[in-house]
Amino acid sequence: MEQALEDIGVLDVSQPQIYRDDSWRPLFARLRTEHPVYYCPESRSGPYWSISRYADIVRVDTDPLSFSSSHLHGGVTIEDRVAVSFMQMDAPMHTEKRKNVTAVVAPKSLAQMESMIRQRAGRVLDALPRNEDFDWVQNVSIELTSMMLATLFAYPIEQRQKLVHWSNVLTADLDDPESPIRTEAERQSGLQEFYLTMMELWQQRQKEEQSYDIISLLAHDEGVRSSSFDEICALFGLFLVGGNDTTRNSMSGGAWGFSEFPDQWRKLKADPKLAGNAAAEIIRYQTPVIYQRRTATREVELGSKTIAAGDKVVMWYISGNRDESVFEDADTLRVDRPNARQHTAFGMGPHRCLGARLAEMQLRILWEEVLARNLDIEILGPPTYAFSNLVRSPTSLRARIRG
Amino acid sequence: MQIIFRQAKAGECVVTAEAGDNLMHVALANDIAGIPGDCGGQCACGTCHVYINADWVERIGSVMPGSTEEAMIFGAPVDARPNSRLACQISLTPMCDGLIVEIPEEQ
Repeated sequence: MEQALEDIGVLDVSQPQIYRDDSWRPLFARLRTEHPVYYCPESRSGPYWSISRYADIVRVDTDPLSFSSSHLHGGVTIEDRVAVSFMQMDAPMHTEKRKNVTAVVAPKSLAQMESMIRQRAGRVLDALPRNEDFDWVQNVSIELTSMMLATLFAYPIEQRQKLVHWSNVLTADLDDPESPIRTEAERQSGLQEFYLTMMELWQQRQKEEQSYDIISLLAHDEGVRSSSFDEICALFGLFLVGGNDTTRNSMSGGAWGFSEFPDQWRKLKADPKLAGNAAAEIIRYQTPVIYQRRTATREVELGSKTIAAGDKVVMWYISGNRDESVFEDADTLRVDRPNARQHTAFGMGPHRCLGARLAEMQLRILWEEVLARNLDIEILGPPTYAFSNLVRSPTSLRARIRG
Repeated sequence: MQIIFRQAKAGECVVTAEAGDNLMHVALANDIAGIPGDCGGQCACGTCHVYINADWVERIGSVMPGSTEEAMIFGAPVDARPNSRLACQISLTPMCDGLIVEIPEEQ
């Protein structure tokens, strides 16, 4: 694959295949060293700039005036998309709309969720088979995050597989041979059911007293209530993917990481207080959201290259997190890495992940509960990954618990 | 000079700082609870949110309307108040001696 890319002289890191094959590391290492600000002249989504170094990613992400997220320019994915949640808006609208929903993950709300998350995590771990192979992705990562998602959405927990399905439809890469959908039209019709279901819940919650679930908070927020139908739907979609895929993938990535670096598991076991930092490090190591795209609003000089107004600019978070000038031994998981929290996986700047603390809390609790049970987990081989350049998503990870 | 950090749970903590120091780095160097400062001081994560004590607001200055700092403050899941600032955006001057900073309960 690398040879073929060199032959045509194009380093196109937007090819989903390299994430499925898990062969992206040398390509980004080369970009960071030789072409940190790189114009990729052709890809399936047209030309785009690749930003691969940590400092340049921070530079782009913290300059929303020069690098727009607006749906009017095509939004935040390499392929132009039509969604219009605050994620695809610029200030002042972005600031205003985002403010409306911060209560969902406010410290108060998180504190209310903590014991419930712990209880669920414990139950899921207790239900795992002993001395028998199982799929960590299905039985732990998906099971736990979908339960969490059902709770966040106040959606019937026994129907949580539907949430997983909708999330998969929303993030599916149409070129993925295993994609549940084939066309954009199929995506939209597949999501109709999700939007209508959530809309109904949302309307119902307006009549009830406010509680801390997402739908209730959104139902009682004046700013959200006055938004358009499409915008509210996009917001549901954002919480669906944000609250599901990312944490799911980090739960799988952590299990694989500890299996690759058993000394790190022993270190955590010896000092469970490291669990919070370990959660941040797992998120860095996994980087569940591979990139975010911006569109240049004016001519910008970056790394001695000139980015023209209107150009697509892709910040490869996955590469920023492997930048050796910031993270020593970046391909290694280190639970006590002093600057683990400086990772780019949540983004940097005004669009930084709103659910960062919730994600960290879920991961921390999962590993704390594994420790509390003294589970002896054996991972039987590397994970398989989804065909996607947007989400780094393990699709299966065979495991066994001894004992 | 002395800087006073106050937090509901942790109580009051008085630390020594130098003119030219960055308020977030002072907090981190002294292990002040409640200021994680995830991004390390790049005005990029909003997790060094502090409330400047009312007596000090005028001297320290309010957040600039339309600035990245303002967007980070409003966008974080911590209550934004008129005296909210990001500690990483405050460089200490000799007249900051005795500055009182309140820390949100969690962030």
